[in-house]
Amino acid sequence: MLDMLKSVFSNLSRKPVTRMYPYEERKPFDINRGHLENNIDECIFCGMCQRVCPSNCIKVDRKTSVWEYNPFECVLCGVCVEKCPKKCLKLDVHYRSCTDKKYNIHLEKHDDSEKAGA
Amino acid sequence: MSDKSTIPFGPQHPVLPEPIHLKLVVEDEKVVEAYPAFGFVHRGLETLAQKKDFNQMVYVVERVCGICSCMHGQDYCEAIEELMGVQVPVRAEYLRTIWAELHRIHSHLLWLGLFADAFGFENLFMQTWKIREKIMDILEATSGNRVIISVNIVGGVRKDINSEQAKWILKELDDVEEQLKDINDVVMNNYTVKERTVGIGVLTKEEAYELGATGPMAKGSGVDLDLRTTGYAAYKYLDFEPIVEKDGDSYARNLVRMREIFQSIDLIRQALSKMPEGDINVPVKGNPPAGEVISRLEQSRGEVVYYIKSNGTKFLDRLRIRTPTFANIPALLKILPGSQLQDVPVLILTIDPCISCTER
Ligand code: SF4
Ligand code: SF4
Repeated sequence: MLDMLKSVFSNLSRKPVTRMYPYEERKPFDINRGHLENNIDECIFCGMCQRVCPSNCIKVDRKTSVWEYNPFECVLCGVCVEKCPKKCLKLDVHYRSCTDKKYNIHLEKHDDSEKAGA
Repeated sequence: MSDKSTIPFGPQHPVLPEPIHLKLVVEDEKVVEAYPAFGFVHRGLETLAQKKDFNQMVYVVERVCGICSCMHGQDYCEAIEELMGVQVPVRAEYLRTIWAELHRIHSHLLWLGLFADAFGFENLFMQTWKIREKIMDILEATSGNRVIISVNIVGGVRKDINSEQAKWILKELDDVEEQLKDINDVVMNNYTVKERTVGIGVLTKEEAYELGATGPMAKGSGVDLDLRTTGYAAYKYLDFEPIVEKDGDSYARNLVRMREIFQSIDLIRQALSKMPEGDINVPVKGNPPAGEVISRLEQSRGEVVYYIKSNGTKFLDRLRIRTPTFANIPALLKILPGSQLQDVPVLILTIDPCISCTER
């Protein structure tokens, strides 16, 4: 019955092991796979990322220079980042914030704009 | 008039977040028959092998199970490597072993928490999950993700552990071991735990063997069956003995899992100290040649079997996964009849069920 006593006492004198999220956040690890970003200026629309992606969430159109990505289907494996010949893809350590609407990330070469749309 | 009645257990049940349905025929409080029903979370992952190429499939099979995900990837990669005649670098073998053992620790700790929760020992549940968090941090810091770590690829691994990280891991493991020793006394000597486990759900050695039980279920009944002794990955370079207990009751299965956690810590220490420098993967060219292969390895719950049939293209013809929980269901159905109704959740948890695995 008294087996837990030791941890009871140590827990009394220790600060909580849990955090008051979202007021207190843990710093992400350096190699955390948070979200995918594409530096579209560097991209050559080769379509490599589309071919290797296990969840088929990237669509590359070479003719119109469009790179389209569905962040809700992406499993953040990072294969596209490794295979990209121009190294323009990058996994950022921070997660995307939650949302009540699904959207695709649509990047085009000529105007560099990031539009959110279905 | 018959005094038997039928009580459904699940598919939604407070002790188990996963959907398994058991039809329990009870006489007063005693279970006399048990009938299982599955298929609530079937996802058809095996069929995906015909739609995704063999490299993409690594990330699919990792999602068969959330708890031993890395070992699914490892087994699949080892199967494809055997088919293609690829020899992975020694360092990759070690790294695979380290991540697999980390997964074993966190799986057993998760199980211990759920198990304690099943008989209302909430405090133990919180303590074990607190310890488990350290292991999750190690996984996240070394791979970039907490659960689905996606480190295995055909030909080796994708991430490396540098010497600084290795030192930090060893320090964290010392801490984990220290805290586990306190918990160990509770799990093994506590009156409440013993009352609910000793002599309950006994599976004899012969029964365990005949019913094809695997993992801690078999080891707790004295069947000395641990695939790590066959020396896949880096286990051939490490020194260990399979952990076996004789009694075959719920307590013995606990004991096996508890001791396996300590064994895994020891294996990681050995692996980190013996790991040679070198490449972590080799380039793999072409498609797997036509042929069949079977690859097996020891997961936290027991033996997992991958059968792969390839036709020479980048898509596989057939992928078949036999998961350990599936193999342990007959043993569960053997120990349920004769038990008291209040012991049913505890007995189900002693097989460490992973229903998502089972239904793939
Ligand atoms: S692989 Fe890289 S360069 Fe090629 S299309 Fe994708 S992001 Fe662009
Ligand atoms: S991280 Fe993985 S799933 Fe996400 S886009 Fe890249 S390859 Fe696809």
